[in-house]
Amino acid sequence: MSSVSSPVAPAAMLAPVRVTRSRHGALWTVAVAALAVVAVGVLGYLPYIAFSSVTNLFVNVFILIVMASMWNLLAGYAGLVSVGQQAFIGLGAYFVLILAQHGVNPFLALPVAVLGCAVVAFPVWWLVSRLRTAYFAIATWVVASVCYLLIVRFPSLGGGTGMSLPGLDGVNGTLLTAYTYWVSLAVTLVVIASVYLILRSRIGLVLTAVRDDEIGARSSGAKVGSARRFVFVVAGAGCGAAGTLLIISQLNVEPASAFSVSWTAQMLFATIIGGIGTIEGPIIGAVIFFALQQFLQNLGTVYFMILGVVAIAVAIWARRGLWGLAERLNLRVFPVGYYLWPGTPATAGAPVVPGPQAPVPADPEPPAPASGGAGADGPPG
Amino acid sequence: MSWVNAIIQGILVGGLYALFATGLSLMFGVMKVVNLAHGDLAVVAAYMAIGVINVTHVPAVWSFVLVVPIMAAGGYFLQRSLIQQALNRGELVTLLVTFGLSIVIENALLQFLSADSHSLSPYLGSLANGAFQIGSQISIGYVLLGIFGVAVAVLLGLQYFLSATKHGRLIRAVADDREAAQLSGADFRHVFGIAAAIAFGTVALAGVAFGIYSQFDPTIGTDQLLLFAFEAVVIGGLGSLWGTLGGGILLGVVQLIGAQINPNDQILAGQLVFLAVLVFLPRGLTGSRRAA
Repeated sequence: MSSVSSPVAPAAMLAPVRVTRSRHGALWTVAVAALAVVAVGVLGYLPYIAFSSVTNLFVNVFILIVMASMWNLLAGYAGLVSVGQQAFIGLGAYFVLILAQHGVNPFLALPVAVLGCAVVAFPVWWLVSRLRTAYFAIATWVVASVCYLLIVRFPSLGGGTGMSLPGLDGVNGTLLTAYTYWVSLAVTLVVIASVYLILRSRIGLVLTAVRDDEIGARSSGAKVGSARRFVFVVAGAGCGAAGTLLIISQLNVEPASAFSVSWTAQMLFATIIGGIGTIEGPIIGAVIFFALQQFLQNLGTVYFMILGVVAIAVAIWARRGLWGLAERLNLRVFPVGYYLWPGTPATAGAPVVPGPQAPVPADPEPPAPASGGAGADGPPG
Repeated sequence: MSWVNAIIQGILVGGLYALFATGLSLMFGVMKVVNLAHGDLAVVAAYMAIGVINVTHVPAVWSFVLVVPIMAAGGYFLQRSLIQQALNRGELVTLLVTFGLSIVIENALLQFLSADSHSLSPYLGSLANGAFQIGSQISIGYVLLGIFGVAVAVLLGLQYFLSATKHGRLIRAVADDREAAQLSGADFRHVFGIAAAIAFGTVALAGVAFGIYSQFDPTIGTDQLLLFAFEAVVIGGLGSLWGTLGGGILLGVVQLIGAQINPNDQILAGQLVFLAVLVFLPRGLTGSRRAA
């Protein structure tokens, strides 16, 4: 950074910037990885030491983490506010039901149902992508409503009253609870890892560029449409997975609740309160959602009123939610951002100062990211 | 003949849907806000009408005289406070805030007024079932005809207001180019407030009309009314007042024809037509230049 004090400061402003991936120092990486391994180990061991009421609660937390992570990917990164993700939750549940009715083990039906939801997401995207922002939101809602109205027409699927899931009657109850728990845990880990990998990928870069300046990104040749379609399909599959976990954990599906818009309300609360546009936010938000619910359960509708008020307040006054507060301390579990560093003027043809420049740190732990807006995680403030 | 009847009823119901859609369309056109709490506001207005009738004992039809100004004032206040705060922070925040508002309103209604269905029609007395008879099959209810008339009158009034009055022209100026209007001395926040007041006023009228026409409960605002209003707007074409009426009428006719085929198909028929319009006429019936 010694170049800043040189007399060519104006030229240096135009000089190219060097872009590096945000990443952790080796020590931090090892610490996070170790912590993650311990956490997963403890979570995986839980069915041996905890009552099924506890693991069932955890399954619900996992389901909400999956849904909220998908909604966060849509709204927080791709700018697609969907109010119709319950379409995929319901379809995921019903795909498992249909397969189970034909003799497939529900646990084996799970991946097939998820794939089915991804396939359904393509035509849905074709339809709803004609509309933008809020109109997109309500169009997805209409699609969810259509799915619901179509499903209830099939008496073989239980019509409007729903149906219990066949195929798991023979399994010991305790064992079934444990299996359900492990599968939910596995799905959750896969979903979080997928979100992280997507955001580290080229598509993540496109999404970041779109979020900062859509016109600029398009004019630079970013394939915005296909990136959004990819995210929508992934989110469809992810919410489908949440739906499959739902029917397996409840052993029963009821159309009105499977396709209920209250799922979207829950995803939204978890994501906003935890921190939209961060990978960590939805996870924290989902945990808080259930922790609060344990205390405020008997409040019923009042609980949702309180959550609604809190979500509005957070959306307006603390845009990055709880995890945003942690990020102010430069705390990140998942490094998905980029940093801009002052470039080496030698390549710009402008340098007046001869001789070697002070090298830019090659592997910096970011020193309060250079020049405003350099940290590229999350939406702009 | 029952088909002709279904179509006539559908046209009249379409007027009601257009009344719902007007406020949604206006708020989107002027300040780019799609108010996801729109349907719940209508339900609030309907409950408010019951309260007004019980307290003041005015005839049910006249309850709107109190409800509409109260809702309009609430709209101005809400726009100047919460919605403006959200708008300053971008489209995403606006959506989240109005969705949060919708959840708060719906759960507050459930909490304090229970999930029971209500209707304003018992307060109407004999008027509720009065109808013209044309031939033996066709009957046109006074209530529905009156609602259709109100919808057309509101649209006519709104068009006059927007094209011929000072405040109306201000609204259009701000909608077209906020910065330029601001440079010319228009206080866009106040103008937004007026637009929101009109939107809330029309949705209040629609809510009272819906309460007279049908049963309502706290969840119907998000489950049906918001979607119907939105479908009428998109079918008609964004940014067109009379397109909205056309969209509402098409939606109403399709729904009632669907109901004629199978009573359970009413809502589904409307939504399938909406999706078909989305596929084949993405800009709606009127093909307004402003794409969605």
